Amino acid sequence: MAFLKRSPWLLHYDASSCNGCDIEVLACLTPLYDVERFGIINTGNPKHADILVITGGINELNRDVVENIYEQMPEPKVVVAVGVCAASGGVFRECYNIVGGVDKVIPVDVYVPGCAARPESIIDGIVTALGILEEKRSRMANLTAEKEVARREAEAGS
Amino acid sequence: MNGILGALLFIILAPFLGGLIAGADRILTARMQGRVGPPLLQPFYDVGKLFEKENVVVTTAQNFYILAYLAFIIVSGALFFAGGDLLLIIFAFTLAHVFLVLGAYAVHSPYSHIGAERELIQIMAYEPMIILSAVGLYLVSGSFYVGDIIASTVPAILYLPGVFLGFLTILTIKLRKSPFDISTSHHAHQEIVKGITTEFSGATLGQVEIAHWYENVFLLGFVYLFFAFNPILGVVAVIVTYVAEIFIDNTTARLRWQAALQSGWGVAAILGLFNLAVVVYIIGGV
Repeated sequence: MAFLKRSPWLLHYDASSCNGCDIEVLACLTPLYDVERFGIINTGNPKHADILVITGGINELNRDVVENIYEQMPEPKVVVAVGVCAASGGVFRECYNIVGGVDKVIPVDVYVPGCAARPESIIDGIVTALGILEEKRSRMANLTAEKEVARREAEAGS
Repeated sequence: MNGILGALLFIILAPFLGGLIAGADRILTARMQGRVGPPLLQPFYDVGKLFEKENVVVTTAQNFYILAYLAFIIVSGALFFAGGDLLLIIFAFTLAHVFLVLGAYAVHSPYSHIGAERELIQIMAYEPMIILSAVGLYLVSGSFYVGDIIASTVPAILYLPGVFLGFLTILTIKLRKSPFDISTSHHAHQEIVKGITTEFSGATLGQVEIAHWYENVFLLGFVYLFFAFNPILGVVAVIVTYVAEIFIDNTTARLRWQAALQSGWGVAAILGLFNLAVVVYIIGGV
């Protein structure tokens, strides 16, 4: 059964964004857009999250934080880079401390364009991400079973 | 025989009923905030998804504690619907929450520990009032057995309005609603990350959710006891109570833990004890 795409919980991280995209991400939760219609919950906990929404081009200080958050999220998971800074660094691209795009640090599944990205395009990006999430889940189902068997064997062997 | 049937019905039907209540809760909450809200079956999608996710376990002890939490919630609810002893039910219910707290303490995470401490404070806050409720029902019906209390024709609510109001106050704590939603941030979703459930994910978190559904059905059953002399009135009272709790949830901010403790003990001392004293010394029993 595919419950996953009916219940995506997302984690929003601001990786040195100018706050423009962050406000638009939060606007998606307001009565006008109400993403809870799709079962989306804005969680603050990477261990409960399915979708990582990152805004901003990542600087050298929060590079480790982004990696850490990504590692803590249980599979299957997708990353949505919101805004042009998250895609390429945007106007901050030439700054000495900017890494220049989320995909320089962690794998990104969906890029949402715009400066700032409009709530409509963010929702569109997340709905696209749901398709990828579902794909990953069906692939994961087999992989997790294999991992579990390997772990049990390793435990029995030790 | 009736008792076993009641317990079986609770074990089988309570998750469905609890999930539907949670779904209706989320829709009603969304409407109160001017939103459309998720589908009615959203809580089932959520729990279904949690069981699909990768099983990330920080320490295997937490799985055992959470399973024990779920088991003892089911035991206390099943005893309740079997018409068992109210005191035993309350002790099993408390034990269940002790397991939840132990599960959160099993992990070395400051967020989880803060959640566990807050849950302990909540247990301290609601425990006196829940016991006074049982005592009140005993004074009115002459028995601690749920079966006898339901069979009693005495209108308990007329003798115990204070105890009932006190019970409603701690019900807000138990249903994890504002202003006392401090240990799990169940409706806030992010406060000191996610409180007691921070380090649970996947199937373990799913079990916590299912336990919460069982718990809600049991607590609404407890509300029914005050109106048991008239079943139709009882069901109406349960629905009105729950809608009122959602309304309170949406109109209040979360308070600090001191306020939870003061409110819990305050209502127990003022409404609860005063009401019981009136029943015993002025009315002179029932």
